[in-house]
Amino acid sequence: MRFLCIFTALLSISILPPRATQAGDALTLNGAGATFPYPLYSKWFSEYRKIDPSVEINYQSIGSGGGIRQLLENTIDFGASDSPMKDEQLAKAKTPLFHFPMVMGAVVLTYNLPGVHQPIKLSPELLADLFLGKIFYWNDPKIVALNPEITLPDVPVMIVHRSDGSGTTSIFTDYLAKVSPEWKSRVGSGTAVKWPLGIGGKGNEGVTGFVKNSPGALGYIELLYAEKNNLQVAHLKNAAGVFVKPEAKSITAAASGFLREMPKDFRVSITNAPGSGAYPISAFTYLLVYRNLGDGKSVDAKTEKLKRFIAWALTEGQKLAASLYYAPLPESLSAKVRMQLKEIGSKELVK
Amino acid sequence: MRNRAANLGDRRFQRTLMALSGSVVSVLGLIAVYLVKLSWPAIREFGLPFFWSTDWDPVKDHFGAGAFIFGTVTSSFLALLIAVPLSISVALFLTELAPRKIAALVAFMVEMLAAIPSVVYGLWGIFFLAPLLRLHVQPFLSRHFGWVFLFQGPPYGIGMFAAALILAIMVTPTITAICREVFRAVPETQREAALGLGATKWETIQLAVVKSSWSGIFGASILGLGRALGETMAVTMLIGNRNEISASLFAPGQTMASVIANEYAEAESSTHIAALAYVGLALFIVSFVTNFIARRIVLRLQGGASR
Amino acid sequence: MKTELGNLGNDGLLRPLKQGDNFSRLDFRRTVKNRVMLGLLGLASLVAILPLLFILYYVIHRGIAGLSIRFFTQLPKPVGETGGGLGNAVLGTLILVGLGSIIGVPVGVASGVYLAEYRRSKYANVLRSAVELLAGVPSIILGIFAYALIVVPMKGFSALAGSIALAVILIPTVAKTTEEVLKLVPDHIREAGLALGLPRWKVILRIVVYGSRSGILTGVMLGVARISGESAPLLFTALNSQYWPHGLLNPISSLPVQIYTYAISPFDEWTQLAWTGSMVLVLFVLVANLSMRALIYQKGSGGKTK
Repeated sequence: MRFLCIFTALLSISILPPRATQAGDALTLNGAGATFPYPLYSKWFSEYRKIDPSVEINYQSIGSGGGIRQLLENTIDFGASDSPMKDEQLAKAKTPLFHFPMVMGAVVLTYNLPGVHQPIKLSPELLADLFLGKIFYWNDPKIVALNPEITLPDVPVMIVHRSDGSGTTSIFTDYLAKVSPEWKSRVGSGTAVKWPLGIGGKGNEGVTGFVKNSPGALGYIELLYAEKNNLQVAHLKNAAGVFVKPEAKSITAAASGFLREMPKDFRVSITNAPGSGAYPISAFTYLLVYRNLGDGKSVDAKTEKLKRFIAWALTEGQKLAASLYYAPLPESLSAKVRMQLKEIGSKELVK
Repeated sequence: MRNRAANLGDRRFQRTLMALSGSVVSVLGLIAVYLVKLSWPAIREFGLPFFWSTDWDPVKDHFGAGAFIFGTVTSSFLALLIAVPLSISVALFLTELAPRKIAALVAFMVEMLAAIPSVVYGLWGIFFLAPLLRLHVQPFLSRHFGWVFLFQGPPYGIGMFAAALILAIMVTPTITAICREVFRAVPETQREAALGLGATKWETIQLAVVKSSWSGIFGASILGLGRALGETMAVTMLIGNRNEISASLFAPGQTMASVIANEYAEAESSTHIAALAYVGLALFIVSFVTNFIARRIVLRLQGGASR
Repeated sequence: MKTELGNLGNDGLLRPLKQGDNFSRLDFRRTVKNRVMLGLLGLASLVAILPLLFILYYVIHRGIAGLSIRFFTQLPKPVGETGGGLGNAVLGTLILVGLGSIIGVPVGVASGVYLAEYRRSKYANVLRSAVELLAGVPSIILGIFAYALIVVPMKGFSALAGSIALAVILIPTVAKTTEEVLKLVPDHIREAGLALGLPRWKVILRIVVYGSRSGILTGVMLGVARISGESAPLLFTALNSQYWPHGLLNPISSLPVQIYTYAISPFDEWTQLAWTGSMVLVLFVLVANLSMRALIYQKGSGGKTK
């Protein structure tokens, strides 16, 4: 019966509230959604905990689609997504929902070409042809024409895409649909599409793994993963005709290009942005927040806390972004987003 | 008087047990009800052709589960192809050959295979098994058996082959355990008779043990099949996740369980979610039927043995 | 059993002797075949346990570097900072599994007792099928089920929902082992109890169940070890959390889900935590199983040998 004793002891330990001092009576906010900003968000929430110990913000990366769905099911307090919600999704929300762009990121094209050390250049047309399965070998004349100074090997192109539904896929296919009419009609855009060819890796890590290990592979991943794994990244021709390297500067430039036509609710795709310095496959990542979480009359502590956090993330938090390969928002946009903060919670000004 | 009180107590006791255990029955029913409810939009829209259509297109909101059913069936049967002979051999070794202590040790280790969490299998598969296959096993197979369509195509490591291998490892303990029971149930006299006729040990095993256990082995295999069909995490991490049917074993595929794990969290349209629930419903029914058949066979054997 | 001894002779191996049979050669071939086949059986057993050794070696090899007290006492650190542990996930797993057992064990044991003691009733047949079928339901489906049943109506991911999903997995295991253990109790013991004038329920509880308590406990512990490694049913129910658990109605961290999340991250510190977490989980399962065996062995050798 000793085991029974140990077992019961374990049970009772597990039921007791552990570390009462740490948990205290902190307010817990639960959020879930996009995988892409997860590293930065977890950094933010842990830093913010030091500033305001009375709130504990828990964020789980279940994917953008999951974040939107869970928010609409009211199982979480706030959501996060790499692509803005669609109108019909917004219509399902019981209280008005707001999009807050937090930072920006880029989807990059990474490849495995033994012996090629310079970054290769790709044009939108070429990219669409590659992902539509029209180009079979790396030394195809079309690729060579763009990269005359590089000796491209005679290896077959192996396309690698995401197998799971993903905001990354949504951003990438949104770009392809913008630059290639054929892609738009044959495949379309979304978090999961019917790929004409290629193999699927689960998550950014899965795609990264395939590309790393298979000569001839070409895949799309988030910048962070390429940098962390020391993978080569293609320079992409943007709308202005300039070949641009994906980095914080060129990603922020993509948002600047859209500043004038930025809609009030920030729901905009900034792929294929104008401006000579803009990297064309850039995107915002959003926090999705209800106007209020309570009944709308009494003081809504959760939304107030969330509001304070967003204000902090848009100012102090932006400084942490670059070290994790995210691009900060342009200052003028960040100011606009902070203005929108007044729309949620009670109508007091945000400092 | 006393009798009636006792009867009352008995009845109460039985009722309590029934009430508690009733939750098992109701949970099973609830699962079925909820799955039907969740998948109803997809059932109405796609009906039965859902199961042979291979068109899975989330953008156009058109779904068919043919490729996943193919993937599930192929990976599970391949796994059985490896696991069944292996499990029979292990079970024979344990019951007929090994000295007691060694048998206990080997049996324990095989059973431990069943205890390792699925996600650990997946991790190990990605970092150990897949590179091994890609660098050594698959090039070897395609060099020597490349003329068979099964072994064509580039070696990715990850794919149907890797998934089937990990499944084979995972179902081996299940099949072995039941085969052991079945072999143990063979009366000792039968073995002695064969030995007495001058049969060698191997011939005894063949004639006296295996031959009379075929239906039990079959039941064990079906039970293993049931386990392979529903395995999720490890398969998702290893199968390559491509929604297509391909003849080569090296090619990536997708199973019913892995497509749910891959897409359920990210699905945006309600039709997509309903379609995934529909796949779940199909998986539920398939594993239901498989387990039912297996239990029937094994139960009949156990009944036969005790009588 | 079905095969009668008469069938043995029909096989080619034991055909009646004919004139001209070369006995010594036949015998030689049979002996060689015997040796080879028996060898193959041994080899197969070796092949079957190799994966276990590989997995143990690999998981320990990759995991040991991150093992320290810190791993059990600290929260995971954000990216870029070294150190940190999975203390919350270890505790979370204990809570989830503990609560899952509190819910699942009574139901499982009750079902097992019913199956063993009232085995001929109609309801027992229904129950037996239900238990078997529930054991076969893929765990990912249980996750979706618990999500639809609990998370959506209660408007929130919670430890409670995760525990219930785990309990559903635990119940069939416990029920089956309980049934099997109780079936081993010889009928004359029950008859003796009844003959003493005890009501049936007292016989079952005080004599049959109490006498088999260690066997039942073993079944419970094996089930508990199993559910402590489940990740699929927790993904949509308990979710995850980077903080210490508080309350049963909040999301909670667990080792398997944390391993899954960190294993696919691009950061070395997180991958290290995932490997160490795997090692802890595997060793826990292993130790739980080993100690249960030791317990059975002790009982077995101390009491009557079967």
